[in-house]
Amino acid sequence: MTGGQETFTFNAENVEKAKDVLAKYPEGWQESAVMPLLDLAQRQNQGWLPKAAMDFVADMLGMPPIRVYEVATFYTMYNTKPVGKHHVQVCTNLPCWLRGSDEITGQCKKSLGIDFGMTTEDGMFTLSEAECLGACVNAPMIQIGDDYFEDLDASSTKSILDELKNGASPKPGSRTGRHTCEPAGGLTSLTGKDKDAGGK
Amino acid sequence: MLKDQDRIFNNIYGLEDTSLNGCKKRGDWNKTKSILAKGREKIIGEIKASGLRGRGGAGFSTGMKWSFMPKEASERPHYLVINADEGEPGTCKDREILRNEPHKLIEGALVAAFAMGANTAYCYVRGEFYRETEALQRAVDEAYAAGLIGPDACGSGYAFDFYIHRGMGAYICGEESALIESLEGKKGQPRLKPPFPANVGLYGCPTTVNNVETIAVTPAIMRRGANWFADLGKPNNTGTKLFNISGHVNNPCTVEEEMGIPLKELIEKHAGGVRGGWENLKAIIPGGASVPMLPKSICDTVHMDFDSLGEVKSGLGTAAVMVMDQSTDLVRAICRLSRFYKHESCGQCTPCREGTGWMWRMMERLSDGSAELEEIDLLEEVTRQIEGHTICALGDAAAWPVQGLIRHFRDDIEQRIIERIARDAEAA
Repeated sequence: MTGGQETFTFNAENVEKAKDVLAKYPEGWQESAVMPLLDLAQRQNQGWLPKAAMDFVADMLGMPPIRVYEVATFYTMYNTKPVGKHHVQVCTNLPCWLRGSDEITGQCKKSLGIDFGMTTEDGMFTLSEAECLGACVNAPMIQIGDDYFEDLDASSTKSILDELKNGASPKPGSRTGRHTCEPAGGLTSLTGKDKDAGGK
Repeated sequence: MLKDQDRIFNNIYGLEDTSLNGCKKRGDWNKTKSILAKGREKIIGEIKASGLRGRGGAGFSTGMKWSFMPKEASERPHYLVINADEGEPGTCKDREILRNEPHKLIEGALVAAFAMGANTAYCYVRGEFYRETEALQRAVDEAYAAGLIGPDACGSGYAFDFYIHRGMGAYICGEESALIESLEGKKGQPRLKPPFPANVGLYGCPTTVNNVETIAVTPAIMRRGANWFADLGKPNNTGTKLFNISGHVNNPCTVEEEMGIPLKELIEKHAGGVRGGWENLKAIIPGGASVPMLPKSICDTVHMDFDSLGEVKSGLGTAAVMVMDQSTDLVRAICRLSRFYKHESCGQCTPCREGTGWMWRMMERLSDGSAELEEIDLLEEVTRQIEGHTICALGDAAAWPVQGLIRHFRDDIEQRIIERIARDAEAA
């Protein structure tokens, strides 16, 4: 394992990526790169940030370590403790709740045998409650890793988690066959031949 | 109903090719060079005349905002910052622009940046939108490769760079000065104003922060003219708008409609109506979690624009319409929002840091009926002590949903307390 609890350093790929990140910001403002660099470190380190990784980023950017710790603990997407291979985040905010996120939560807890904030014993899954993830017209939904799974019910949630348990890659997006955010009953706009006429 | 040819986002569902070629076929990047050739003053004048108001929630005049930037660049460069930190509960419109209409955003960024003398734009995308960020980055790479942006954008001689910066999960970073702090590599805690970003923004330089949708509609306005946009909608509430319709409707969806469309028409035409029929409606939050809810009686007739919703003590906000039918426990619903604001308070101002927790705990008591009747007035008083007493608007945003509940559904809250008191008496 590269990194770990005691020491951390970027692998060759991330050394290159870090250069690209730093190039986005003006001279003298390299601290702007702290968030993307912490994200790279977290991705390299099985989804969480040990203190050694924060210190590494602080050193790279010439920042006092405390400033990096502040950032790492302020933003919810940085995990300061180990997480499972699959981080399952259930949105329970109002639009998802109105469409049955309680049922999705129940199914996740049942399928994984853990509560919010816990990781399965085999280290495969961490279950979290999330605030609004911004896919409200496709509610209820969950995020797993970098992907959104939308228009869920208990049974589709179960099958997604079963697929992951079996080492498969479930297909992200809507589970009811919608392309994105169009109304399920058929298009109510953008149907005419002249829909692009104004753009020309 | 809005005609398709007046819709700006002609691929908002991503049903067609979202690559540069596909976008060009639908009209994106059409004669961008000639838009820039009009010059800064003319572009700002046109946006002002269109009546475009910011689509991020506050509804401030976009042209006016752009005109606050210094006319001449000094040794301090100017910056355009695009707010794609979409996180207002109920809101999911910018997500669709990022992944399905990315070239409208990039072209708009060039036009806006040029109009304000900025050579760099940073687009701050919420971290959870990882796939959307990938889609936007693909489009940015295409635009660079085609010479549409870069050292000689669209052959205009103007240099323009577009960079994506990912957030990492903090609702407060949708507040413009918190977003700037975050972009500088700090905790996202809002700044005191003044100075305003147009004077001292990103890296201490003149900066304008605009919402994704605001920026993405500007090329269409420049191509079709301010009058075309101003003729849509209503005076002072012009143009088209992306609406997100979620909750208890038959077909939740995102749709572009004319500003000022009646709320009932919006839901019945595009979202398949309220579940169980319009008469089964209880309440609607019309503009994202931060605006007060409206009872059915107001929803029957209200129009969806800044001024109409302001008149009924709510707001258009982000135009995220959350529909709640008769089965909804409204006290529980608002309690959930109170928990959200408690979670998202940045902790800087005492009234918000402490008050959001107080409101949430009191809402829990109202929700399970364990509160006393006097606590309703006490809670209302607490909301007044938070509202207007904080650096940023999160305090207001946390207070308003609670106020809306008490204003329109006090009976619901009282009933459950009275029932609990009766149960207690029986048990005793």
